[in-house]
Amino acid sequence: MRRTVHIRYFALLREQAGRADEKVETTAATLTALYAELRARHGLGLPAARVRVAVNGEFAEWDTPLAGGAQIAFLPPVAGG
Amino acid sequence: MFRIVTARLVPHALARRLRDKHAGAFASFEGWVRRRNEGEAVWRLEYEAYTDLAEKEGRRILAAARAKFDILAAACVHRVGRLKPGDLSVCAGVTAEHRRAAFAACRFIIDQVKTRVPIWKKEHYDRGGTEWINAAAQRPQGSGRRVLRRRVTKKSQIKGSGK
Repeated sequence: MRRTVHIRYFALLREQAGRADEKVETTAATLTALYAELRARHGLGLPAARVRVAVNGEFAEWDTPLAGGAQIAFLPPVAGG
Repeated sequence: MFRIVTARLVPHALARRLRDKHAGAFASFEGWVRRRNEGEAVWRLEYEAYTDLAEKEGRRILAAARAKFDILAAACVHRVGRLKPGDLSVCAGVTAEHRRAAFAACRFIIDQVKTRVPIWKKEHYDRGGTEWINAAAQRPQGSGRRVLRRRVTKKSQIKGSGK
């Protein structure tokens, strides 16, 4: 099933993707599968194990099923302070 | 109160905001942009945040601090954008009746902010080039080759000094 989702990239991932956000049509069923697809498409360096994901403004688990219209953000390792 | 801001942070701003006649202690932490990091001269730091989620996660950290320690109030402000050495990047402040809880809660807050809040930092080096901190390819967090290189440098300096 094809779904349209909205993606936001931050920091290193934003630079590697060459964009801060995009609308994506995907058949991926989970966030893991979606990240794998986008990682290959944009040549993102970080494996999923080093990335956190947020859905609709809240941290989410990687095995969360993908819902159409979701706002998804991929977050590289943080470094505030 | 947890905020991500772009405006310059002013020292002691949180002390004024948190002033309270019931408090016997105010502890604060300020993060300052350092000229050198891991042996590299840094002329600029660039901070970026996922503002909505950062403020949400930051408020959860402050709530956890209030639940865990005997404090009156806590606040934290983190700046994003382009900063230069000497600028304040983050301020955390805590009021309590007594100092122990104020110190402990303040440390808890800044430690949690550094590990949990979606904020990123990019260093710009004098020698040219940049690096996103904690995000270098193939380098596990907390066991970096840059730390190793720094140790090697120190050792060679000691040898070279002849002492």
